[in-house]
Amino acid sequence: MKELTCIVCPNGCRLRVDEENGCRVTGNACPRGGEYGKNEVLHPVRVLTGTVRLHGAALPRCPVKTRSPIPKEKLLEAARALCHVDVQAPVHTGDVVLPDLCGTGVDLVAARTILS
Amino acid sequence: MREHQLVVVGGGPAGLSAALSAWEAGVTDILLLERDKYLGGILNQCVHNGFGLHRFKEELTGPEYAGRFIDLLESTAVQVKTDAMVLSVAPDKTVRYVSPDGGCQTVRAGAVVLAMGCRERTRGAISVPGARCSGILTAGAAQRFLNIEGQMVGRRVVILGSGDIGLIMARRMTLEGAKVLACVELMPYSGGLNRNIVQCLQDFDIPLYLSHTVTNIIGEKRLEKVVVSAVDEGRRPIPGTERTFECDTLLLSVGLLPENELTRALGAEMDLRTNGAVVYENMETSIPGIFACGNVLQVHDLVDFVSEESARAGAAAADYIQNGGTTSRRTLRVENGDAVTYTVPQRIRLDAAGEGVQVFFRVNRVFGTSAVTVAAGEKRIARFKREHMAPGEMERIFLPGKLLALAEGDTITVSAEEAEA
Amino acid sequence: MQDVIIIGCGVAGAACAYRLSRFRLRLTVLEALSDVAGGTTKANSAILHAGYDPEPDTKMARLNVEGVRMAEEICAKLDVPYRKTGSLVLAFSREDRALLRTLLERGEKNGVAGLGLLSGDEARALEPELSGAVLEALLAPSAAIVNPWEYALAMAETAVRNGVELRRSCPVTAIAREEEGFAVTTPQGVFRARYIINAAGVHADRVHRLIGEASFTIRPAKGEYYLLDKSEGTRVSRVIFQCPGPMGKGVLVSPTVHGNLIVGPTAEPSGPEDTSNTARGLQTVRELAARSVPGVRFRENIRNFAGVRAGSGRGDFIIEESPTVPGFFNAAGICSPGLSAAPAIADELTGLLAEKGLPLKEKESFTDTRRRVRFHDLDDRARNELIAADPRYGRVVCRCETVTEGEILACLRAPIPPASVNGVKRRTGAGMGRCQGGFCGPRVQEILARELGVPPAAVPLEEPGSYILTGETKEAWS
Repeated sequence: MKELTCIVCPNGCRLRVDEENGCRVTGNACPRGGEYGKNEVLHPVRVLTGTVRLHGAALPRCPVKTRSPIPKEKLLEAARALCHVDVQAPVHTGDVVLPDLCGTGVDLVAARTILS
Repeated sequence: MREHQLVVVGGGPAGLSAALSAWEAGVTDILLLERDKYLGGILNQCVHNGFGLHRFKEELTGPEYAGRFIDLLESTAVQVKTDAMVLSVAPDKTVRYVSPDGGCQTVRAGAVVLAMGCRERTRGAISVPGARCSGILTAGAAQRFLNIEGQMVGRRVVILGSGDIGLIMARRMTLEGAKVLACVELMPYSGGLNRNIVQCLQDFDIPLYLSHTVTNIIGEKRLEKVVVSAVDEGRRPIPGTERTFECDTLLLSVGLLPENELTRALGAEMDLRTNGAVVYENMETSIPGIFACGNVLQVHDLVDFVSEESARAGAAAADYIQNGGTTSRRTLRVENGDAVTYTVPQRIRLDAAGEGVQVFFRVNRVFGTSAVTVAAGEKRIARFKREHMAPGEMERIFLPGKLLALAEGDTITVSAEEAEA
Repeated sequence: MQDVIIIGCGVAGAACAYRLSRFRLRLTVLEALSDVAGGTTKANSAILHAGYDPEPDTKMARLNVEGVRMAEEICAKLDVPYRKTGSLVLAFSREDRALLRTLLERGEKNGVAGLGLLSGDEARALEPELSGAVLEALLAPSAAIVNPWEYALAMAETAVRNGVELRRSCPVTAIAREEEGFAVTTPQGVFRARYIINAAGVHADRVHRLIGEASFTIRPAKGEYYLLDKSEGTRVSRVIFQCPGPMGKGVLVSPTVHGNLIVGPTAEPSGPEDTSNTARGLQTVRELAARSVPGVRFRENIRNFAGVRAGSGRGDFIIEESPTVPGFFNAAGICSPGLSAAPAIADELTGLLAEKGLPLKEKESFTDTRRRVRFHDLDDRARNELIAADPRYGRVVCRCETVTEGEILACLRAPIPPASVNGVKRRTGAGMGRCQGGFCGPRVQEILARELGVPPAAVPLEEPGSYILTGETKEAWS
């Protein structure tokens, strides 16, 4: 039995995940919490956010995020990869800034619209 | 003097939402004044995700959340003036502001929404002893340096305070290549959300020292070391428990204060607990036609609730402009009972309560299975069960209008208590 | 070869430079720190004392009373925030009451005008927040509050405007006597002059020893302070002292010219550079202040700081030619009331130098005015004139103190421009307010970097080495 704090929403439900029985989750207030509990035991994932260097605009950085969560163990490697990303204004929320970040199959996308 | 139906002071999440809801309610002449060069306020530097779950049913980053509102605003004829700093708001609803292109100007408004947000408590506010070297910043200032300016503030970091911004910055500094040595919290519980303890500290094996504080700061020019001590139940450092961290950066996340200089100068009645204005059920301050919402009114944990509260303020301002002020034969004062540190609103005009009123509050300690009770005089009129409550998490209850109408006397008291499971 | 080298640009050195700059002389000021007035002048009670404290017939007594008189005129000419508030010394016991009479007598001998004893109730009528335990008080109407840092800056700037050379980041490492005068070695080269004025504050004894003299020793003593929010700024309207003890004038509660409330100081022997705060010292300040004004709300604190007094233990200022080295003059042991006495100290030294042959011929033209824009204090018409000429006066950078980008740019064009974020703060007030630069710090850093043409990470908080940024986030991983 593994005890976890759910991070899906600010409620922070205290989850119990039964690893012996197909990772059955209890303590969750919503289905997303159940899914989180199971994932967190089997293959934890997180959304990575950060900024990348921006050219051609008044602002020097453009905020970015992974379009969907990536494996937790890849977080630091992926964060480091952001250091080598440069984007050119204009950029729009949702624009792909870097496809397939660090072999995760997940795209890095812009999180703010910044005009040149 | 130019006139507008509505002037909104502040273009962060509160001001954006208030302006939009007033527009949707039919106010066509709205001026929104923002002191920064961009709309969005502090959300622009909150590049992490976790915003919008309530409002948009998805997890957005701060700039994305702000972007949704900015896009909506652009589809309206709300007049936005950035780089414009409001200098004063008067009870007659004249607003003075200054900007590089227009100089000092005064406009008269039919109604005003105050949405200036909040600022961080500083080292001075908590009187941390030690040297006055560089390398000591509030977490929010560090966040601006990193996420807006793209400048790094240090390499080895200790964080004092476990409020959400401190936790978020622990993760951000780690993701940007710094080593975060510890997060130190004076209280026996964290001031931030549980999910942030997990995903910002535990994910990166950053230790959280509860019931500890920084008792000395050492550094000639740049910070070199901080000394951390355990504290007793009276929050006094315990001699002999000192441990030293070699670090070049100390980030402070020791609380937020509503930024109410304009409100005080205006003469609105203030609440010493929230450090915000005293408001009625519709977010109207003691000065008729002047409303307050968002973090300038009470420091929120979640921007979704800022938007919601501000939408109510915007709608109420619209109502004021279109239908005149609210009158009521009876007004209830909302008092803080046991374990409750504040409530918002502080006043409820019964004739304006309609379907009912949301009351926000915070508790002063951690509760497990518990109950929130509402009493009118000696008589309890409502009870709400809770599984968990903590000072770091804002609570709210809904008091139906019919229930309020039954309350005798002129006060209701909100209290929290432990309860049987 | 210069006529005079002044070592140290605190308030004493600045006052000497200002005084001498009206004469046809070649003058150089050598300051060890990267900014002027970075030692004792920066961190003190910001009070111009009436002059009843020093023992009669001391230099301290004479120069205090004279200096305060001169300060009022200088502050008006050089646009330095100054307010004659008056002061009260409180008595809580029979011994205190006896001491008040001693102070009154001393004050009258020293030539302090308008002194008077008040009953406890009379004192409380003037200052309603005073403790009920106050039995009697000594009123001194001539005491004033000032911005001590800007006072020194204004005098130094005026000196520079009138041709004085100022070298900052220029610590003196050696002094050699030459056939005619002295050779002063610094990292910026060797400077020569016929006369030297040693105004090196807490380091004055070290500088004195560079010529082989050890006739005095500085005994640094630290004082810790609270600076409270403007919400507390009107709790008292005068400087409120307690009776002086062996370690100084005790803890005071006073308004500041910026509208804040200052409370302190303690008095503890310390190292010359020790400006750290201690939990014990701050507790002492809170406890002692509560005796005078019980209602002070310390939760409104915006900043703690500490300053180091540069006293010598001689019981008087040391303003004299070195006993064995002709031409080397000391302005040392300048503890309280040094700020009050500064211009009179400069006059005194000027007289001594003249006696030893320094020719004092007045310049034909001498600029003796200074003005700086304080957006916050202007009316809207004056503001709009400024903004029309330079729109950057319409961009508020520091919200708490309403300081504009225009003012920050103006201080960068002044005779002694800042090279640090704190330098901008001291000159313009940006970052001095309740958020302590939380919002405007990054903006000021950006403006400084842009105007100085350096990367943001090269702009320090204070001295070189007190860096704020380590570089671009992009580089952090490497």
